[in-house]
Amino acid sequence: MASFWIILTGTLIAISCSLLGCYLILRKMAMVGDAISHAVLPGIVLAFLFSGSRETIPMLIGAACLGVLTTVIIELFHRKARLQSDAAIGITFTWLFAIGIILISFFADNIDLDQDCVLYGEIAMVPLDIFYLASGVSLGPRPVWIGGVTLILIVTFIIWGYKGLFITSFNEEYAKAIGISAAFWHYALMSSVSLTTVVAFESVGAILVVAFLIVPAATAYLIVDDLKKMLLLSALFGTLSAISGYYLAYTMDGSIAGAMATMTGIFFTIVFIIQKIRAQKATQVPNF
Amino acid sequence: MEEIALETHNLTVSYNRKPVLWNVDFKLPKGQIIGIIGPNGSGKTTLLKSIMGLTPLSSGYVEIFGQKLNDVRHRISYVPQRESVDWDFPASVMDVVLMGRYSPKNLFKRIKKVDKDIAAEALEKVNLLEFSNRQISQLSGGQQQRVFIARSLTQNADLFIMDEPFVGVDAATEQAILTLMQEMKSKGKTVIVVHHDLQTAKDYFDWIVLLNTRLVASGPKSEIFNEELLQEAYGGKLNVLSKVGELVKEHDFPIREKKRK
Repeated sequence: MASFWIILTGTLIAISCSLLGCYLILRKMAMVGDAISHAVLPGIVLAFLFSGSRETIPMLIGAACLGVLTTVIIELFHRKARLQSDAAIGITFTWLFAIGIILISFFADNIDLDQDCVLYGEIAMVPLDIFYLASGVSLGPRPVWIGGVTLILIVTFIIWGYKGLFITSFNEEYAKAIGISAAFWHYALMSSVSLTTVVAFESVGAILVVAFLIVPAATAYLIVDDLKKMLLLSALFGTLSAISGYYLAYTMDGSIAGAMATMTGIFFTIVFIIQKIRAQKATQVPNF
Repeated sequence: MEEIALETHNLTVSYNRKPVLWNVDFKLPKGQIIGIIGPNGSGKTTLLKSIMGLTPLSSGYVEIFGQKLNDVRHRISYVPQRESVDWDFPASVMDVVLMGRYSPKNLFKRIKKVDKDIAAEALEKVNLLEFSNRQISQLSGGQQQRVFIARSLTQNADLFIMDEPFVGVDAATEQAILTLMQEMKSKGKTVIVVHHDLQTAKDYFDWIVLLNTRLVASGPKSEIFNEELLQEAYGGKLNVLSKVGELVKEHDFPIREKKRK
């Protein structure tokens, strides 16, 4: 049963991340996803300090605020200071992440968070964190519930905002010209990434969540020519990585989060090679 | 002048305190095909962007059909430069053309059959109907430009604003765009086109705006195409271009490849 809960948690998170990752890649913002996933750390720590507990809601709010703040700072450095966008990203997230690390080490006595857990996650502990009703009935692990609700929110957002995300991702200027607010969709997407990141962060950690955000979507991008198919395939690759990653970790007795992230890379490599071979076959002149 | 489609009043736009447009002031008539001409870096694209509210103005204002942009947005169709988007985007020709039917009002609604019919009709007009399910990366430059034009046609606008639609397109596309522009004109619509090629400008447009950061001239093409004004717009930059002015007068110097019919 324990492995079932771990796989389920990993899968729920992987799907949320993979779906949003498609938009990050298409908007050439993959590194912004990376930045957000690191920069939410001080938000989480501050939420911890203020609320004094590991309640989910304050953490989500803290992280979402920091996530959006990150994108605002990046835009600011890029637009106003005329810094290249990759330099702006580099400055912002390392700085915010470092502040988070200092906060954790400084308040280490007061809060129940440690650096290893933050960086690498503790998905193996998922089955221990049971969600009880007031009557004492067990509803299964809390992270599964949180991951499930997040996934529902993300899927709703993508279905509801499909056209808005599509047009602003493909041709932002045109969207603005017909009166659609590009800023709204930008920040809506960034807030969703922040939310998903903080949920993922508890289980797979701040570093590996980036793998889930970017790699499955990049893998799908290699294959498809249609956005809907890309979203579906990306979710599929995310799911496969989570499941196979768990069994990889199980046989090697290693880190589950590490194994799941490794699997995303392996799937990418396999697809990349298959696509290369196919392309070569397609262009080959038949020999007679 | 009859009715006015577009008016800019003392328009000034700057990047980093360097003016890109300086005190540009003109009125453009309705129902004409209008070319905005000027050398590289003369602010042509910036002018279009400031008309469409995509770039902040340092001073001045723009009025379209005598109203503010937001009140007439639905009557305007903007065709951005083809290079401004990523053509590897996972979308089909139909997906892109249907964007022309998006509006802030229907953004959360499903695409209707009627919208698909309008999109198909527009694709038919640009001769791309059989490509409607094709991924956009598989199109040639000219076909991509026609997709953008088709998208703009679905908007059913009264004013079309196109940024360099003739760059890097084949002769067939060029002809298709010219025919469509004439068709729009005959329906009383106004077409504003940014264009960089002096040679063809005289054939394409009824009205010319000569721009070089400042407004050099704006008027019917017969008044604009004289050496003095062209010199002023293109400045000392190019001696060759003063010659081009003469050549334009002489009419058919085959610098450009002839259209294959």
